[in-house]
Amino acid sequence: MSKKIGDVILDVKNISLSFGGVKALSDISFNVKEHEIRAIIGPNGAGKSSMLNCINGVYSPQQGSITFRGQTFKHMNSHQVAVMGVARTFQNLALFKGMSVLDNIMSGRNLKIKSNLLLQALRIGPAEKEEIMHREAVEKIIDFLEIQAYRKTPVGQLPYGLQKRVDLGRALAMEPQVLLLDEPMAGMNVEEKQDMCRFVLDVNDEFGTTVVLIEHDMGVVMDISDRVVVLDYGKKIGDGTPDEVRNNEDVIRAYLGTSH
Amino acid sequence: MQTTFPRLLLKHAAERPGDAAMREKEYGIWQAHSWAAMAQLVEHIACGLHQLGLGRGEHMVVIGANRPRLYATMLAAQSLGAIPIPLYQDAVGAECIFPINNADVRFALVEDQEQVDKLLEIRGQCPQLAHIVYDDPRGLRNYAEPGLQSLDALLETGKGFAAAQPGFFKAEVEKASPDDVAAMFFTSGTTGNPKGVVHTHNTLLDRARAGADFDRLTSREEVLAYLPPAWIGQNIFSYSQWLACGYVVNCPESASTVTIDLKEVGPTYYFAPPRIFEGLLTTVMIRMEDAGRLKRGMFHYFMGVAKRAGPALMDGKPVAALDRALYALGGLLVYGPLRNTLGFSRVRVAYTAGEAIGPDLFTFYRSIGINLKQLYGSTETAVFVCLQPDNQARADTVGVPIEGVQIKVAENGEILVKSAGLLREYYKNPTATAEVLSADGWYRTSDAGFLDASGHLKIIDRVKDVGRIKGGANDGAMFAPKYVENKLKFFPHIKEAVAYGDGREKVCVMINIDFDAVGNWAERRNLPYAGYTDLAQKPEVYQLIQECVEKVNADLSVDALLAGSQISRFLVLHKELDADDGELTRTNKVRRGFIAEKYQPLIDALYGGKAEQFIETTVKFEDGRSGSVSATLKISDTRTFEPVKAAA
Repeated sequence: MSKKIGDVILDVKNISLSFGGVKALSDISFNVKEHEIRAIIGPNGAGKSSMLNCINGVYSPQQGSITFRGQTFKHMNSHQVAVMGVARTFQNLALFKGMSVLDNIMSGRNLKIKSNLLLQALRIGPAEKEEIMHREAVEKIIDFLEIQAYRKTPVGQLPYGLQKRVDLGRALAMEPQVLLLDEPMAGMNVEEKQDMCRFVLDVNDEFGTTVVLIEHDMGVVMDISDRVVVLDYGKKIGDGTPDEVRNNEDVIRAYLGTSH
Repeated sequence: MQTTFPRLLLKHAAERPGDAAMREKEYGIWQAHSWAAMAQLVEHIACGLHQLGLGRGEHMVVIGANRPRLYATMLAAQSLGAIPIPLYQDAVGAECIFPINNADVRFALVEDQEQVDKLLEIRGQCPQLAHIVYDDPRGLRNYAEPGLQSLDALLETGKGFAAAQPGFFKAEVEKASPDDVAAMFFTSGTTGNPKGVVHTHNTLLDRARAGADFDRLTSREEVLAYLPPAWIGQNIFSYSQWLACGYVVNCPESASTVTIDLKEVGPTYYFAPPRIFEGLLTTVMIRMEDAGRLKRGMFHYFMGVAKRAGPALMDGKPVAALDRALYALGGLLVYGPLRNTLGFSRVRVAYTAGEAIGPDLFTFYRSIGINLKQLYGSTETAVFVCLQPDNQARADTVGVPIEGVQIKVAENGEILVKSAGLLREYYKNPTATAEVLSADGWYRTSDAGFLDASGHLKIIDRVKDVGRIKGGANDGAMFAPKYVENKLKFFPHIKEAVAYGDGREKVCVMINIDFDAVGNWAERRNLPYAGYTDLAQKPEVYQLIQECVEKVNADLSVDALLAGSQISRFLVLHKELDADDGELTRTNKVRRGFIAEKYQPLIDALYGGKAEQFIETTVKFEDGRSGSVSATLKISDTRTFEPVKAAA
């Protein structure tokens, strides 16, 4: 099995972020290449989610720049990020609990729907055609994630592992070039984790989507990622292939602790 | 009038090209394939397979769920005079080795990556397996194995070939004779290697027609194909009768959507083994327990009415006017909506077979107005031997011999069958063939049974399993293990039972609880448990199972023949018996001998009078890895009853 890893698609340079006196991230730089699976790991409070939120435009870093496909930004704006083809999932699911699986995934198509609200409400003219087209795209995602049996089920009634899958489905509905996954396997049992790993690998393989993921489960990270960034107390302490990272002294110290 | 499968396909395609032949739910929509489209698909696949070198008389395995393109491939192979062998899609790799090598198979068509992986894993042991064609390309993009290709690619080359030689396909179809071998089915077999059952076009189609005539099936029937195609039952209902009658076969979206798809399709002709009916009933009962008081009250009241009046109405017997009126009201309020929820609104004929069905279960479906009947047959007889006529369905018989079938009972109680649907032979196994097929054409079913006064066939057990109690109070009494096991399994809380007693002084049983039903029962009683093993060993659960066992004993005590088969001791197993561990056959029948060897310490403890026994067993997971479970199992004694001597 070989896949083509392309050029740098996302380049993060010297990012620093602080909340008042708390330094969440200091001087972080790393890059993500096209078609790769890039993991961000680190102990609790290391700044992993903050990093993702900076890329995603939820937080504005005080220093540094982010370059996406050759365009450099001081800070990102979440709408703009989405338009550029970056989608994400959330650590603590942000789904519409009362809505069906189908509608939740459909909401991921929001940016792609062109006809106005009135036309859509009346379902006339181009709006109907457009809806059918989007429904087809959503159905393909449902098929891909093997959740046909829950198409019409309200998301709130589904077990946690399936909700995570729906969350991924909604992100995929944007047809992203870069997918940011914030702890996609958290709280899952072994079987659910295996399923999720397979879906992440399949997304990467079938659609060539670049994946940036935060994960706690070392087994998962080492198995599926191409390169790993390690953060600790807001600083980057390691960067490289899973093997390099595994043998990095600083990383071992951060995870196992040291005698002070 | 004799014909072949491909000729029937071409006949339908010529007579009514635009009508739907199959439907498949994909991307949320039922997509229809017309007869014309189906015929064209078959032609292209056949041409593609021909170019790959599939020859006349050669075998080809087909592994996967019910998909139109898999059925088309079977037809394509038959068009070329090759013989398709459907294999169980949930069988592990090692189980596929024997059939593939036995029939010297070079070609395989599989559904998806899972099946491809399985075949690649065993390829070292099956060196002649040259071509693996897959239907669904997902995940297979980066596979670079020799001889592996997608069905789409095969179709492309086939299309080109068909354009270049337009007469080829028809000429190939014409070459086949109705007496040529059409398909081979490997029987699971409770002992030894599986045997390949060889059927011709004529044996399968003759029985398919006889069954269709019996129930007056038309081309307007709708069928849902959801059981493994490797099982002859599914093959008859969604392949042989599909082509014989020309009705529509619907393929569900995935295994998990079957109940939803069933409701959407509303089949008119339905077939399921008892465990499916049981599963459906359990779901209904659990949901009714959770329903509001009004609904629950209504349900129980009208089910009472249905039990009184339903079966009689269905059999066309007289029913009191009041009951008739109440039943009509119940139909409006309960039975109709219930049938709709189950997906049985349009069912005209429903069959259950393969195992004995519990009388309560059987009556339940008939009482709410579903024409559920039983049939008797096997892989070797192309299914249809006995069927129950519309007004004579009973839980304890399997129907009357249908057109073209002769039945006689041998001296040892074994049922012998003669019909046009009998197997030609067991593949490469003349010894086994000679054992079951006599020179004058009688097939030994190895079932013990008799024809009752009204001409219905009644089955007791497998001939070889019927044994005798030896020593003890019931010395010499007849022991029919399956009969006892079935009686236990009729209780919703018991999923599986294995009875021992032949050549021993008493009958002992190992039981599997039904995790859903007992789990639900435990939750209602606020009984905490930490999984299957824990739940199975709860004293409360033992109490529950003990009550079931004693009811069975009470029931057996009035049976003149089998009063000596009452159960003395039982235990509840810590793990579910599983086909992956070799404890069940792929059709979910218990392999009694194998289980006795595997759980030898438990058998010793049962007969040795111990109160508990430690046991450790290895289990195989679906991905091929194995682990182990261990537990200390309790053993309970049960009350037995004095045999009630009939008019003694």
